[in-house]
Amino acid sequence: MSETGIGARVRRKEDRRFVTGAGNYTDDVNIAGQAHAVFRRSEHAHAAVKSVDASAALALPGVLGVFTGDDLAADEVGALPAGWMIHSKDGSPMNAPGHPCLVQGKARYVGDPVAVVIAETQAQARAGAEALEVDYEELDAVIDLTETQSSSVLLHDDAPKNTCYEWELGDKAATEAAFAKAHHVTRLSLTNNRLVPNAMEPRAALADYDAGTGSYTLYTTSQNPHVARLVMSAFLNVAPEHKLRVIAPDVGGGFGSKIYVYPEEVVCTWASKKVGRAVKWTADRTESFITDAHGRDHATDAQLAMDERGRILGFRVRTTANLGAYPSLFATCVPTYLYATLLSGQYDIPAIYAEVDAVYTNTVPVDAYRGAGRPEATFVVERIVEVAAREMGIDPATFRKRNFVKKFPHQTPVIMTYDAGDYAASLNRACDLIDYKGFNRRRRDSARNGKLRGIGFSNYIEACGIAPSAAVGSLGAGVGLWESAEVRVNPTGNVEVLTGSHSHGQGHETTFAQLVAERLGIGIDQVEIVHGDTDKVQFGMGTYGSRSGAVGMSAIAKALDKVEAKAKKIAAHLLEAAEGDIEFKDGTFSVTGTDKSISFPEVSLSAYVAHKFPTSEIEPGLKEGAFYDPSNFTFPAGCHICEVEIDPATGVTDIVNWVAVDDFGVVVNPMIVEGQVHGGIAQGVGQALLENAVYDSSGQLLTASYMDYCMPRADDLPDFTVDTTVTPCPSNPLGIKGCGEAGAIAAPAAVINAITDALGHEEIAMPATPQAVWRAAQVAAREAAE
Amino acid sequence: MYDFAFHRPASIRKAASLAADEDAKLLAGGQTLLPTMKQRLAAPEALIDLSGIEGLTGIAMKGRTLHVGAMSRHAEVAESPVVREAIPALAALAGGIGDPHVRNLGTLGGSIANNDPAADYPAACLGLGATIATNKRRIPADDFFTGMFETALQDGEIITKVLFPVPRRAGYAKFANPASRYALVGVFVSKRSRQVRVAVTGAGPGVFRATDMEEALSKRFAARSLDGVSVPAGDLNDDIHASADYRAHLVGVMAKRAVDAA
Repeated sequence: MSETGIGARVRRKEDRRFVTGAGNYTDDVNIAGQAHAVFRRSEHAHAAVKSVDASAALALPGVLGVFTGDDLAADEVGALPAGWMIHSKDGSPMNAPGHPCLVQGKARYVGDPVAVVIAETQAQARAGAEALEVDYEELDAVIDLTETQSSSVLLHDDAPKNTCYEWELGDKAATEAAFAKAHHVTRLSLTNNRLVPNAMEPRAALADYDAGTGSYTLYTTSQNPHVARLVMSAFLNVAPEHKLRVIAPDVGGGFGSKIYVYPEEVVCTWASKKVGRAVKWTADRTESFITDAHGRDHATDAQLAMDERGRILGFRVRTTANLGAYPSLFATCVPTYLYATLLSGQYDIPAIYAEVDAVYTNTVPVDAYRGAGRPEATFVVERIVEVAAREMGIDPATFRKRNFVKKFPHQTPVIMTYDAGDYAASLNRACDLIDYKGFNRRRRDSARNGKLRGIGFSNYIEACGIAPSAAVGSLGAGVGLWESAEVRVNPTGNVEVLTGSHSHGQGHETTFAQLVAERLGIGIDQVEIVHGDTDKVQFGMGTYGSRSGAVGMSAIAKALDKVEAKAKKIAAHLLEAAEGDIEFKDGTFSVTGTDKSISFPEVSLSAYVAHKFPTSEIEPGLKEGAFYDPSNFTFPAGCHICEVEIDPATGVTDIVNWVAVDDFGVVVNPMIVEGQVHGGIAQGVGQALLENAVYDSSGQLLTASYMDYCMPRADDLPDFTVDTTVTPCPSNPLGIKGCGEAGAIAAPAAVINAITDALGHEEIAMPATPQAVWRAAQVAAREAAE
Repeated sequence: MYDFAFHRPASIRKAASLAADEDAKLLAGGQTLLPTMKQRLAAPEALIDLSGIEGLTGIAMKGRTLHVGAMSRHAEVAESPVVREAIPALAALAGGIGDPHVRNLGTLGGSIANNDPAADYPAACLGLGATIATNKRRIPADDFFTGMFETALQDGEIITKVLFPVPRRAGYAKFANPASRYALVGVFVSKRSRQVRVAVTGAGPGVFRATDMEEALSKRFAARSLDGVSVPAGDLNDDIHASADYRAHLVGVMAKRAVDAA
C-alpha cells in the first residue's frame, strides 16, 4: 500500500476549503442582477385555496412578480412525480398523485407552497409574501398514520382510504405453516419515529435564464444534479434537457433530503424566464423543518417464530408507513424494496411474510433519510431477535450466532441474495472489544452506585451500492442505477476524473483520487475530481444509498482499465516492443525482461503529440469513459454493541460504551470510514434518544426549531470504539461494500436493546427520552414488586 | 426581521427617555430579543442598545453583598473570581446558561427583565433573596418576578444592577431540556443565617418558591430532609417536553441535588 493508495489514511483534500470558509455553496453564488424569491406557505395542514389576492403585494416597492399554481398550470409545468412504481397485493398500481410545485386547489400540509413572490431584495420579497391575501377554506386534517386509512378526511380524490398501496412480500402460506409448528412466538409492536434530516446547509436554488441561447442554468443543493435535470425536463416540462444546466456545487450535507426535486428549484427556474432575471432562494431553518422531506415514520407489528432451541422458523411483519401529504421522488420504494427486503437480517430465516401499507397524512412528505428503509428493518429485526432471546432465556449473542447465515451466496425469502459476509467474526470481535464477559461485573458496579446498566446488540445488514439496473427495473424503479466516469489524462500527465457521483460531505475528492493515483502511479495532488455539473459530467445517478464507493468508484476503475489499455498500446510503440510485453506498474511502462521503460507522463504527452505512433491505428489523446452497472447490491453488515447506564431518579440514559465492528469490504480510507461511522451512530443515537418530529392534531409541526427538536450534540455521545472485519465484496471490481449509512442503521436497535436490558422492561418508544425511561423504570419496578 | 431604528445612548437618563416610547425595546445581550425579531414574532420600532452606558457593568463585593452590574455577561459572572469566592453556585449557574455564544453576549439584566419561565437567573435571584436595583428604585426579588415573561418593571425603568446577599450555603441543580438546554426544571437553594430559600424555575409558568421544601430544609439543611416533600403537579407545565408529574418529580430530585451541591 502506498501512502495515498487504497487503504491509506489520507487527509481530506477538500477540508482546507471547507474549514477556512472557502467553500462554494449555492448561496455563495451570485449572478449580477439577481432577484429573490420568497414562498408564501400554507399555514393550514389541509385547506382549499379559494383565491390569492396579490394586488397589495404587487404594489410594494421592489416586487417584480407574484405567481401561483394557476400560472404554472398555464405554462404546463408538471407536478413532482413518484419515481418508483409499487403494485398492491391485488395487482393494482399505486395511487401516487403528483405534487404541484405551487398549490393547485388545496394545500395538504403546513408548508405546502401556495405562491411565490419575486422581488429585488429578499426583504422586499418577504414583505410581498406577507402582503398576499390568501383566502383559505380550512378542511379537517388527518395526521396520525394509524388513523388515516379509516379517516373521513380524504387528501387526494384518486387515493381512496388515503392509501398509496397495500403491498406484500414473501410467502404467506409458508410463513403461516412455520408459525403453526413454532415452539415459541415473540410479538412486538414498534414505532419508528419521524425524523427531520437537518443538513447543515439549508436547501437553496439560483436559476438564470439566458434569453440569447434559450437555456437555463440552475445552481442547487442536490445530491444528484443529473437526476434533477432529468425530472425537471421529462416530467415537469421546465426546459428540455439540453437547454438546462444543473450545477450542484459544494453541498453541505444531504442525508437523503437533497436527492429529491423540490418545488422551490422548479419554480425559481421557471420564474427566471418569467421575470427575465436570475432568481435566488435560500431556505431558512424553519422552512427546512417544514419542507425538507422527513424520514422514517413507521408503525409495525411483528412476530417471530422459533423452535425449542431458538432456531428462527418464520417472521411476520405488518407495517404502516407514512408518506406524508404527497409521494416524494423515492418515497414509495423506501418502505418496500429498501425495507422488507432486509427483514431477514443476518439470519437464516426459512419463511418471511411482510405487508406494508403506505398512507397519506397532512404532514410533510416523507422520503429516504440516511439508511432509508434499512434502519427501520434493522430496528424491527434486532429488537425482536433480542426480545426473543430474552424470552427464551438464551444469551442474545448466542441466539444470534445460532441463527446467522453461514454459507454464501445465501438466498433470503425476501428477494436478496447475500454474496459474502462473516457475521460471527464481527460479533465475536465486538464482544471482545467491549469485554462482554465482564459486563455482569460492570452491571453490579453500576448497581452499587444506584444506576441501572444495560447492554444491547445490533447485528445489522444493509443492501447498498444500489443496484443492478435490470433488478431495480423489475421492481418498479423508473431509472437505472449504474454510474458513469470519465478519466481525462492531460498531456502533462495529471488527470481530471469526471464522475456522476456527487460529494456532499463524503470526501470523494480524496477517496476517488486515492484510487486514480494508485492505479496510474501519480501523486494524489495530480488528480482532480470533477462532479456536480451537468455540463461537465455527461450523466450520472448521484450519491445516496452508500453507492458512490461501490458503484461510482467501480465506474472510474473501469475507465482506468481503458486508459491503461490505450496507454500500453502507445507505450509499446514508444518502446518499440510488442503490446503484450508491456507491463504497467507504479507509474512506469516497461518491457518484460528488459530494462527499457517509460513513465506515465511521457506516454500521456506522447498521446497528445501523436508523432510516434500510427494515428490510423491509435487515435491521438488519452481520455476514456465508462458506465458501470453493478451485478448485485452490496451487503455491508456488522455488529454494534451499546452499553448504557441509567439514572433511575431522572431517567437520564448515559451511553457509557460503544463498539462498532463493521464489514464494509475493502476500505479505501479508514479515517473517512471511521468518520462516516461516527456520524452515522450520532444520527442513530439521535433517533433513539433525542429526535422526534411532533405534530399536533391540527397538523402544526410543534418541533420546528432547535429549541424543540433535539439534535445530538457532542456531549450526548460517548467515545466510539470502531473496528472492521473484511470480506471483500465479490460483485464489484474493488471489493467495496459501502459505509455511509451503517451507523444510522445499526444504532437505534443497539440503544433500545441496551435500555430495555437495563430496565428489564421491553416497552419503550423512541426517542427514549428521560421522561419515557423514567416512566418505564417505574412500571418495571412495579412489575418486579408484584 | 422588520426595519427598526437603532439608538445607543451613553446615559441611563437618555436611555430611559427613549424607552418611554412604548414601541421601543431595550437591547441588552439580545439573546432572546434578536432571534424573536428575526422570526418576526417581535417587531419593535426602535431598539435602545444599553451596551454604551457606563455604570451598568462591574462586579464587586460591598460589605456582605455581591453587586453585579446588569450588563454583566454570563461568561463574566461565571469566570469572576469575586463571584466564585462569594457565591460559587451563582458562578456555576451562569456558566451553565446556553452555550458559549449565548454566555458571551447574554446579560444578567436582560435575562431577569425577560423573565423566561425556564431561565436560570430568576431562580438565583429568588433563591438568594436578591434585590434588583433600577434607575428608579430597589425591588426585592420576591416582588420582581410577577408571572410568565412578566416583571414589576415599569415603562422606562432600567435595571442597573442586582444585589445578592452572600449566603452561607447555596446550590443550583438544573435538569436541562435536551433540545434548548433551558431548564426543564432548575432548583436553587440557599441558606443564610436562619433563612432557607428554594426557588424553582422551568417547572411552572414562572419562577416560584417551594415553601414546603424551605420549611423542611429549615429544620435541617440536608437532602434527606426533602424525603416525602413535593410540589403539587397541578400547578406545573405540561407540554411535549415533559408532563407535569414528571416535572414535579424532577423538582424533588433537583432540590436534593442542589442541597448536596451547596
